[in-house]
Parts: sequence; C-alpha cells; structure tokens
Amino acid sequence: MLTLANYLSVSAVLFSVSVAGIFLNRKNVILLLMCIELMLLSVNFNFIAFSRFLGNTDGQIFVFFILTVAAAEAAIGLAILVVLFRSKRTINVEDLDVMKG
Amino acid sequence: MESIYLTIVLTPLAAAILAGFFGRLIGRSWSHRLTISGVGVAFALSVYVLKGLWLDGNPAYNGSVYTWMVSGGVHLEVGFLVDRLTALMMTVVTFVSLMVHIYTIGYMKDDPGYQRFFSYISLFTFAMLMLVMANNFLQLFFGWEAVGVVSYLLIGFWYTRPTAIFANMKAFLVNRVGDFGFLLGIATILMYTGSLDYAEVFGMAGQLQRETIEIFDGRVWSALSVACILLFVGAMGKSAQMPLHVWLPDSMEGPTPISALIHAATMVTAGVFMVARMSPLFEYSEAALSFVLVIGATTALFTGFLGVVQTDIKRVVAYSTLSQLGYMTCALGASAYAAGIFHLGTHAFFKALLFLAAGSVIIALHHEQDIRRMGGLRKYLPITYWTSLVGSLALIGFPGSAGFFSKDALIEAVGHASRAGSGYAYFCVLTGVFVTALYSFRMFFLVFHGKERTDEHTREHLHESPWVVTLPLVMLAIPSVIIGWPMIGPMLFGDFFGDAIFVLPANDVLAAIGTDYHGPLGFLLHGLMSPVLLLAAAGVVVAWYLYLRRPDIPAAIRNRFAALHGFLMSKYHFDTLVEKWIPRGSTGLGNLLWRIGDVTLIDGAAVNGSARVVGWVASVVRQIQTGYLYTYAFAMIIGLATLIFWVLYLR
Repeated sequence: MLTLANYLSVSAVLFSVSVAGIFLNRKNVILLLMCIELMLLSVNFNFIAFSRFLGNTDGQIFVFFILTVAAAEAAIGLAILVVLFRSKRTINVEDLDVMKG
Repeated sequence: MESIYLTIVLTPLAAAILAGFFGRLIGRSWSHRLTISGVGVAFALSVYVLKGLWLDGNPAYNGSVYTWMVSGGVHLEVGFLVDRLTALMMTVVTFVSLMVHIYTIGYMKDDPGYQRFFSYISLFTFAMLMLVMANNFLQLFFGWEAVGVVSYLLIGFWYTRPTAIFANMKAFLVNRVGDFGFLLGIATILMYTGSLDYAEVFGMAGQLQRETIEIFDGRVWSALSVACILLFVGAMGKSAQMPLHVWLPDSMEGPTPISALIHAATMVTAGVFMVARMSPLFEYSEAALSFVLVIGATTALFTGFLGVVQTDIKRVVAYSTLSQLGYMTCALGASAYAAGIFHLGTHAFFKALLFLAAGSVIIALHHEQDIRRMGGLRKYLPITYWTSLVGSLALIGFPGSAGFFSKDALIEAVGHASRAGSGYAYFCVLTGVFVTALYSFRMFFLVFHGKERTDEHTREHLHESPWVVTLPLVMLAIPSVIIGWPMIGPMLFGDFFGDAIFVLPANDVLAAIGTDYHGPLGFLLHGLMSPVLLLAAAGVVVAWYLYLRRPDIPAAIRNRFAALHGFLMSKYHFDTLVEKWIPRGSTGLGNLLWRIGDVTLIDGAAVNGSARVVGWVASVVRQIQTGYLYTYAFAMIIGLATLIFWVLYLR
C-alpha cells in the first residue's frame, strides 16, 4: 500500500525537476513553459493525494480549475511566443534580455 | 471729530489717486486744482483742529478707526492720536505742503510729468499725516515707510537721469538700514509690552525700564534703552543723522519743490517728531538720550563744515538742513523735546523758504545750480532776494526772527543739560552757529551780491519768477519772521504740549531756563548779550570779508590746505565708504559664501553629491538585473522559499 509520503515525494521530485529546468535551461523558451506546466502538475498531484487520503473531494475540484487555467495559460504563453518569434526571429533565452538594466 | 480727522487724511489721498490715475484724463490744470484743494482742505481743517485743541482747550483725541486684525491679543489698528503736538505737526506739514503745491505750478510748468508730480506730493501729504496722527506703532511704521516710498519716487522723478536713479536708490537703501533698526525697536517693544498702542506702551515705560535684555553673552542691558536706541536708529535714517546722512545731499537730484517739502521741512523731521512722541519712553533711558545727544551734536557741527565747501546751491542748503536736523536731535537728547519741536516748526518755514528761493534762482538761470556761476542777482530777482535774506537771517538766528527764538532756546537748553556728552554737544552747537552763519551768507553773497559771473546769454533772459513762485516765498517768509514771538512762550515755557510730551522733573532743562523767562522781548534782550549772537555775527562778517571783499582769500586757503579741502569735498569719505567699501565688502562676502556655501556645499555636496550617490548605488544594483527570465524566476523561487521558511520556522 502506497502511503501519502510516497505521493508527496513524487510531487516534490517533479517540482524540483521543473525548478531545475527553469534555471538550467538556457536554450528554449518553450522548455520554460513546459517546466511551468510541470510545476502545476506537481501541485495537482499534491491535491489529488491529499484529497484521496483525507477523503475530501475539494482538492479534486481544485485540480480541474488548475487544469483549465493551465490550458488557458499555455495558449496565451504560446501565442506570446509566436509574436515574440515574429519580431525577434529567435526564441533563444540567452538572446531575450531587453529588460537588462 | 473723527470724521474731521478722516477728512484731513483722506482728501490728499483722494486727490493723489485722481491726479495719478486719471491725470491724463482730467488734464494739467485740473490736476493741480484738485490736489491743491485737497491739501487746502487738509490745511484748513488742521488749523481748525489746532485752534480747537489750543485756544478752546478741547481734550486730546485718542481712538481707533478701523481694526485691521487681532492676533494673539495684539491689536493691529488704524487709529488717531490727536493732541497738540500732532495738531502742530499737521498744521506745519499741510501749510508747507500747500505752499509747495502752489509753487510747483510755476516750477514744473514745462515738465511732461506734471500730473504725476502733483499726485506724488499729495500722496506724500497723506503719508506724512498718517505718520504724525498715528496712535500706534504699526501705523507709525506705515507712514514711515510710505513717506520713504514717496521720497524714493520723487528723488527719481526724472527717471531718465542716471544720477537721479542712483540717488533714489541710495536714499532707499540707506533708509532701509535705519528702518531695520526701527522695526527691531518696535519688535522689542511689542515683545516686552505685548501691545502696539502708544498709550498702553507709555503706561508700561517704568516696567519696561526694569526689564533686562541679554543680546551678547553676559552683557545685560535695559530693554528700554535697547528699544529706544533701535527706534532712534530709525530716526537716524529718516532724519539723516550721521552716519546715515549720506542720502540727503544726493536727494537734491529731485525737483526743488521736493527738496523743500520732503527733504527739508517735513519728512526728514519725522525722526525728530517720533522721538518727541516717544518722550515717555526716552525719558527713562539715560543711555539712549546720551546717544541721541552725541549723534545730534556731531551731525550739527560736522555737516555744517561740509556746507562751507559745496558749490551747488541746493547742496549748500541740503547740508544746512542736515546741520539743523542735528540741532533738533541735540535738543531731544537734552530732554528739551519742546525746543526740538519748536525748532522743527520754525525750520520747516525758513528752510522751505530757502529751498524754494534757491529753486526760484534756478528757474531764472535756466537750471544752473553752480553758485560760482551766479552773483549779482539781487537787482534781477528782488522778491527772491529779500525772501532769501529773511530765510538766511532766520537760519542763522538773527535776533527777532523765528530761527533766533528756537535756536537760542535750543542752545541754552543743551547748555543746561547735564548728561553724558552734554559738554561736547554744547561745544558743537555753539561752534555750529558760527559755521551756519558762514555757509549761509557765503551762499547768499555769492548768489546775490558781488560780480556777475553769469554769461551774457543768461543775463538777457533774467527776470523775476512768476507769482505762483513768489507767492509761496512771501507766504513762507512771513512766519519765518514772526512765528517765534507768539509761540515761544506757550511752546517752550508754557504748557502748550500738556501731556503730549513727557519730561522727568529732574531732566527738565526748559523749566530751568523758564525761571528766567519774562516774555519774548526779555528773551530777545537776553539773547543780544549771549555768545550765540556774537558767533553768528562773526560768521556773517567772515563770509562778507572772504567772499565779497577779498574773493582771492578763499582760493588761497583752498590751495594752502588742499588736503583739508579735499577731505571736506569728499564729505569725510562717507560716500567712499558706502559706495565703495561696503558694497565691495558685501560682494566679497557674498562671493565667498557663494563659492563655499553654494557651489561647494549645496550644489556640490547636497545636490550633485546625492545624485552621484544614487547613480553609484544604481550602477551596482543594475548588475543584478540581467534581463534573463531564469534569473527572475530564480529570484522569485528564492524569495518564496525565504518567505515560507520565515513563516514556518521563524515566526
């Protein structure tokens, strides 16, 4: 029988992987978006796990909300990315430093 | 009564406004008609008020007309204090002003600024009346500044002349120095008494005397002395006492009627009037009175010397004015306030007369003012000649003239005084008599007698001035002769002033002289045997000998004592001091402060320094802002982690 700790560990690993992905990735903005999605998924995983072990469905409802928002966010993010590519001709993270002080 | 006082003050103001703002509309003749009738009304009512107070024995009026504001228990009001002192001043001021108004019609006939001039002198009359009729320090100060402003406007009346602009600026700046002292004096009084009203302040004089004030560490002064000396500093500016006298000779750049009205008869006497009005305060301060005495005596003698070397007809009279103001101040310092005011009154007549006569000469000679290019004018200008003679005789104190009574009494009062500096003062005023006679008759002889040094062209056009010019001369000559006879008894030895002037019994020099007083005739006979008359006669004789009999001697003396002559011509270097050294010193100080304070400290350290610090901090902090997404994300994560750590474990 899997315990709550197992679930939470998986979730933590997923989250850490996605954070590491944000830092280490120097190439591609799409990868950044994917890492963010992954973070959200790890959070969802937590919700599901708690919902299951506490016998409360509130967590699962939250997950649906998060999935919806994540889908919308991904759509907007990709759209921005397309526009960015059109004007900059690149999606390389290293080249996107217009905010540099 | 209140409405009468208001009418006296406001009629000249209304006339000034009409002539000033609508002068072009109403034209020249209506301008002078309006202003003359305005001042005429003021004069008639002043005489009525004086008659009421003096002959009918009406009580003095003291009341406020309008409350401007009340702040913390201090009432700022417009009010009138009309007692005999005020009424006398009002009458003298409005009379001389009226004469000058009439005279101006002739003197300014061809001037494009005709209406403006009438507006100014009417405005001056208003301001001067406000000054003398005030019943509180605020209104006194208002009048004080207002006459200063009008004086400024009138000295610079011919504003296209650089010398006039220079002179009016100088007059204004020198007066600022005095007014600063005056304002501090008023502030001192307000600080210690909490009131600006004369009656209240005078009531607290004794208490004020006991208050002490510590200006520098460890030096304790009586608050009353400090206040009085500060007030007198104001009087030194306005009444042109040394060393603040430098503006008065230069003010002769203005038109002659102004020199007569403002810079001889009325405005410059404001300081004398003020001290007399403040007699309940000054009486309690021996130190302040000694100060007044010494300053007055110094001015009386040393400006007289300067009159001897001047060659500009108006400047001779100007230095004579300075000297006479010194006499009045001296009388105040000797506690003989009544004598000072008496001399003020008689001086107003004969000095205005002398100025207007000088103006008449100037008109006749087409604006020639150098007495070296005059001479022998007697037969061309008979009325001017005789009135000038009357004025000069009154000035030197010829027995029986107005100047004799006032000056003789004044000198005797100074001789009786026994406070610190009175010996010096007595010496100064006695010597001053000789000097006065010398410079007056030097001018008189050089202008009216002797060889005709005018050029041919001018002599062809020489003729007596029109009646508007000569009428005021005659009208002023009459009081210059007779006013002493009826006035000396009540004013000096009687109780004419009543409560208006307060003298401590111990200081009352006039009462001491008064014990020997048996009518004006007795005074006259007594005066005939005094050294004063001898000195005056000696002055006239010396002037006659030097400038008519042997005109070569003055030149010889001038060459022999070139250094002394140069020293006198440069007016004891006071002008050099105020025009060169003080400006140079203050520009130097200003430069120093500008370099160190402004450029280095404020601009360098405070303004640019803080900007530079901000720039440096920003350049360091900017390194963090890389522009890469992952840096920001990392910062967010770290921040979040810190926050969570803090919330969970440290709280």
